[in-house]
Order: sequence, then structure tokens, then C-alpha cells
Amino acid sequence: MTQPIIRSENLSKRYRVGGAPRRHADFREAFDNLLRAPLRRLRSMRIEPSCEEETFWAVRNLDFEIAPGEILGIIGRNGAGKSTLLKILSRITAPTEGRIELRGRVASLLEVGTGFHPDLTGRDNIYLNGTFLGMRKKEIDRKFDEILDFAEVERFIDTPVKRYSSGMYVRLAFAVAAHLEPEILLVDEVLAVGDANFQRKCLGKLGDIAETGRTVVFVSHNLAAVQRLCRRAILLRQGRIADQGPVGDVVKEYLRVSAEEVSVSQFRTDARRGTGWARIIDTKLVDDDGNAIGSRACDQALNLVVDVETTEGHGTQTLRGLVLELMFVSDEGHPVTSVMNVDDGAAEFPSTNRCRLRVRIPSPTFMPGRYRLGLFLGIPFLQHVDDIDNALSFEILPPEMPWRPYELHPSRGVVCVKAEWECEPNPSLTRKHEETVGGRQ
Amino acid sequence: MPIANGDDAVTSETSLRAPERGTTKIHLVIEPGSRAIREELGDLLHYRDLLYFLVRREITVRYKQTLLGAAWAVLQPFMTMVVFSVFLGRLAGLPSDNIPYPVFAYLGLLPWTYFSGSVSRASASLVGNASLLGKVYFPRVLIPLSSTLAALVDFCIAATVLVGLMLWYGLWPSASALFYIPLTALTAVLALGVGMWLASINVQFRDVQQATPFLLQIWMFATPIVYPGSLVPERYRFIYDLNPMSGIITAYRAAALGEPIHWQSVGIAALVALAFLLTGWWQFRRMDRHFADIV
Repeated sequence: MTQPIIRSENLSKRYRVGGAPRRHADFREAFDNLLRAPLRRLRSMRIEPSCEEETFWAVRNLDFEIAPGEILGIIGRNGAGKSTLLKILSRITAPTEGRIELRGRVASLLEVGTGFHPDLTGRDNIYLNGTFLGMRKKEIDRKFDEILDFAEVERFIDTPVKRYSSGMYVRLAFAVAAHLEPEILLVDEVLAVGDANFQRKCLGKLGDIAETGRTVVFVSHNLAAVQRLCRRAILLRQGRIADQGPVGDVVKEYLRVSAEEVSVSQFRTDARRGTGWARIIDTKLVDDDGNAIGSRACDQALNLVVDVETTEGHGTQTLRGLVLELMFVSDEGHPVTSVMNVDDGAAEFPSTNRCRLRVRIPSPTFMPGRYRLGLFLGIPFLQHVDDIDNALSFEILPPEMPWRPYELHPSRGVVCVKAEWECEPNPSLTRKHEETVGGRQ
Repeated sequence: MPIANGDDAVTSETSLRAPERGTTKIHLVIEPGSRAIREELGDLLHYRDLLYFLVRREITVRYKQTLLGAAWAVLQPFMTMVVFSVFLGRLAGLPSDNIPYPVFAYLGLLPWTYFSGSVSRASASLVGNASLLGKVYFPRVLIPLSSTLAALVDFCIAATVLVGLMLWYGLWPSASALFYIPLTALTAVLALGVGMWLASINVQFRDVQQATPFLLQIWMFATPIVYPGSLVPERYRFIYDLNPMSGIITAYRAAALGEPIHWQSVGIAALVALAFLLTGWWQFRRMDRHFADIV
């Protein structure tokens, strides 16, 4: 049995919870408090929180081992501790308890283009970024041409990167990272950038890195990518290891637990704009029985419920004439599609102050992955009444019914469509035939 | 081939092959608390190229999209000198050790501008690079260090003007101006020490951002820049010399004019600077693994 290249023992990390400041009873108390505040804050300067403060464990008692050459996936929901674990492994932050032994040099990739400066040229940024990732100058010199080749930006190498298109920027950034040669590589979701083509290239590169016997720890939401790259995975849940083992089993467990936990998507209004005389007060993704849910299989209809009402003080004003638009955006930020309540056959607002709209998008819907919903309430081109980006985030799960013998992978696009196929056994092979097939799509 | 040292493993050609299985040496241990000094120094050595590129970045980016570019490095001390010469030299009639007041003031302002510039840049540097702190590991000290080093470029540009100014007033720079090199090194050490203190506190308490300009202003008046140190009565001299910048600036002036340098006050300044450097580093190390959590 070879020595594990990474061994973690009882690893824990505690964070302080920023409590809301207490309200003051009167002016005197407030003033008093103002004078004492610096002292109190100074006392809180102690780096380790004292016991009376509210704390939480981002990761707790993690014991695991990773063998050399292994590609390990770490999965779990947001806040499960994946990123914290990665930050401890990459020495960005210190653990509160426990210990990790590493038997190799580590490089971590928590984002692409760390340290990129918009005013610097592509060339300067390659060196800056490379050295940030722990490369030496001569190492970058040696690989410079390879990096350029991979990024496909030769012509612009002496142009400041702020003039780059976002695609070029990301390609350059990933190219540097892809040429790291540490013994242990820690990767966080960086693959969720660039177009599908480039993502495939990145995944391929990660696969290559793995083939050379390097150890890779890969943290991702993208279950498909994890399944493709890794043979073993760890499932984190609330800071603890909930499961570990062969990747297929762990992913299955994750899906089972996620479904059980009824991860209801929360309606969020932190990015809200508009005059606000009418408001979207709630938006839910619901199942067939009307229960709020957070995920839906791609071969099931998407049901959404949106509650809208006029704000008080605008008593005479009704909702009539307003337009509600639902915009679906992929996790990478690409618009997928939009529906409006004034589309043909939809339901317009009646002359009331309060209204519930039910929207049903028949199956199949989108390719498995995370999506966000943006809402627009107003009159297009004239008035933003209530405009909410990221009102809801939800997951489209793989199909429940048999669909395709292969995986429905995000690299195949964002929209699921079911095509009707026909096959003529003995077609007359003429030009006309091509037209027929083209016309039937 | 067993990997003897991780540093070599990354850079040598052999690393292109798969790392050997069963490498038994523990390369790194991650534990709570501060890291061993030896480990930290090793890291500094490994990341020395990053320091070079960080300094380059600071220099390249500093005057991007400005009309006057690097002329700003000259304008700042020069205009201050003009203002001081008019108001303090001419109108208030401050003495200037028998050399023309503009030269006198510029001789003081040149190193002071370097010092205050690198202190204020270093103290804001960690917060200014907050996004980096949370995304990648590297020795954090490199950030204030690169600010201090990058400010040297401004110093050198502004120093060329000093030569012109002295010639204009018929003063020939003395050969002892070579002492500028160790004196500037000393100033840099002091600036780094103070910068590390301020930068690490600034991560948690942004009060530093408010206090730094104020602190530097007071410090400037406690330093013989616009007035000669000889104005200070002899019996307060020792206390006055505890301000390391006072000894340094006096020495700068003497070096340029070829006068004898008061080595005792330079020695005190060196000790104080060293104390700032060591305590600054201590404070920085105490905090540096938590920067990402609190910045």
C-alpha cells in the first residue's frame, strides 16, 4: 500500500457568525455604546472567537486520505464546506483544528486568471498569473509557446487584456493554469467558464493532467463532470463527510439526499430595481401537487407560481396592462429563453390589486444543470416597475424516464427538445431527399 | 528518482514525468497557528519571481491612463518644495543651514516622499488586493514588499531632478552621495516595517486607512524636512533622534552636500528601523493566515 499523498485528520474550521448589532433603547445608551464600541471591537480582535460568540463549523472532523495519482471529486450543496476545505488545502486559510499532511507540491486553481490585471498585456499577465500559481519564471519561459498555442491569442499577446473579449480572457487564463505541473492540483469549478467547446478542452486537459499520474482534487457542482473525471468522490454535508467511495455511488447518494431534503428554491430580491408601485411578492417552483421544490427532472413540466400585488399607497392603480416576463438564464449567465404573460395564449393581468399567476412550461425543458430565473414586471421599453435578477435558482435534474443511452451533458446545449424521427428503409437517393430531411427538423 | 525537494521537483525537467509513487517525505503539514519561520523563508525564496512581477505590475499600472505619466513622480516633491520655499523659506524665513532653501527642502522632501509614499501604498496594499487573498496562496508579505520596492522607481526619477536643482544653485553633488544607496535601503526597511504593521491592522480595522495620511503628516513635521534639525535644542536631541526619519533625512542631506554624516543618529535610526521590521513581520505573521477570513 502506497502512502497517501494527502492525509487529513480531524480537520475542522470554525467561523464567527456576524451577529446583527443590538438596537439601542435611547440616545444616551446609543452614545454610550458609540464610545465603548472601539474597546469592544478591539477585544474581538482576538483571531480565534471566544466561546460566547456565535460560531459555526464550516467543516468538522474531516478524515480522509487521497492516494497518489487519484482524481477525487468533492461534491455537496452550497455551504456544505467544499470551498472551505479547498481553501484549507491550498493554504489560503488556516484550519481551527486538525492537521493535513501533504506529500507533494500543491497548486490550487480556485478561479482562472487570479491576479490578472486589465491594464497589463497578455504576456505580462501570463507571467504574473503563473508566478501567483507558484510557477517559476524560467518554467513559464519554457512553456510560453505552449500556453499561447492553447489560448489561441498569439496576435493579441501584447495587447492589454482589458481589450480582450471575455472568451479570449478566459482562454488565456485557463491556458496558464493548464500548464501547471504540481504533484497535487486542487481545482474549484473553474470549468464553468467559456463556451461549451472550450469547456470540453478544459475537461480534456484535466484528464490529461490526471493521466500523467498527478493527484487532482476536483470540487464541483457539475455532477456530470465529476462523474466523467473522477473514480472516487467525497460527499460533504453540513461540513461533515456524508459519504465517500466510488463516484457513481456517491453521486447517487447525493441525488437521493438532495431530493429528500426538499431543497426548496428561495425567492430572492436582493437585486431589485424599478419604481416599485407594484411588486412581485413571491415566486416558487412547484411540483404537480403545488408543493414548493428546488429541482425538477428535465422530462417533467416546470410549474412556476408568481404572486404580484400593487404597493400600498397606489390604491387606485391596478395590475392591468403590466407585463410580466420570466427570463431563464443558465448558470454561466447565458440567457436561455423568456416567456411573457402577454405571449399568445398567456394570461394577462386583470383589473385587480393582487394576482397569482401560474406558469407551466411543458416538458422537456432544459438540459440538466443549474438555472436562474430573472423577473421583469413593467411595461417593456417604458417602465421598470419591479425588476429582479436571480429571483430564483433551481436545478434541472437528469430525466426520470429513459431518454438517451448516454448522458445528457451540458456541453450539448441548454435546451432539451424531443425530436421526432423517421427512417425510410429504401429512400430514393436524390437531392430532393436532403430537402425533405431538412424541412422536417 | 525520489523527489528530494518540492521546489526542484517543479522546476526540473524530471518533473514532466509522473511523480514517483510512494514518495514518503512529508512535503507540507497544514495545522492551526503560525507556520514555522524556516518554512516561510523557503516559500519566500520559491516565490521570488512573483515579487519581481508584482513590482513590475505596480510600476506599469501606476501611471497608466494619466496624462503626465511618470512626471507625477517628480511633480509631487517638486511642487511641495516650491510651496514650502515660498511660504516657509521666503515668507516665514525659516533657516536652512546656509544652503538655498529650495535645495534644502528638496533634499528632505525627496526621501520623505519615498517613505510616505511607500508607507501609504503598503498600508493599503492588502485591502487593495483582497480578492487575491481569498483565491490563491502566496507569501502575503510580498504584497507590502512590492509596494515598497515599486516606490523606489519614483524615488529614482525624482532624484534626477535633485541633481538639476543643485547644479542650478551652483552646488556640485558630492561623492558621498553614494551613501544614498545604503540610506535608501534603510528607508525602505523602515517603510516596510511600518507598512507591514499598518497593512495587517488595516485588514481588520479600516481605521488605518483614515489614520495613515494624518499620521504621516504629523510624522513629517516631527522630521527635519522644512526646517533644519539644528533648530531642536541639544537636550531634546536624543528624543528627537528616536524618530528614525530624522536621522535618516539629516544624513541624506549631509551626503548630498558632502558634509560629515552624523553616524550616531543613523545608527539609532537603523536600530529603530530594524525593530519596526521585526515587530512588523511578527505582527504580519500572526495575522497572515487569517487575512482571507477577515479582509
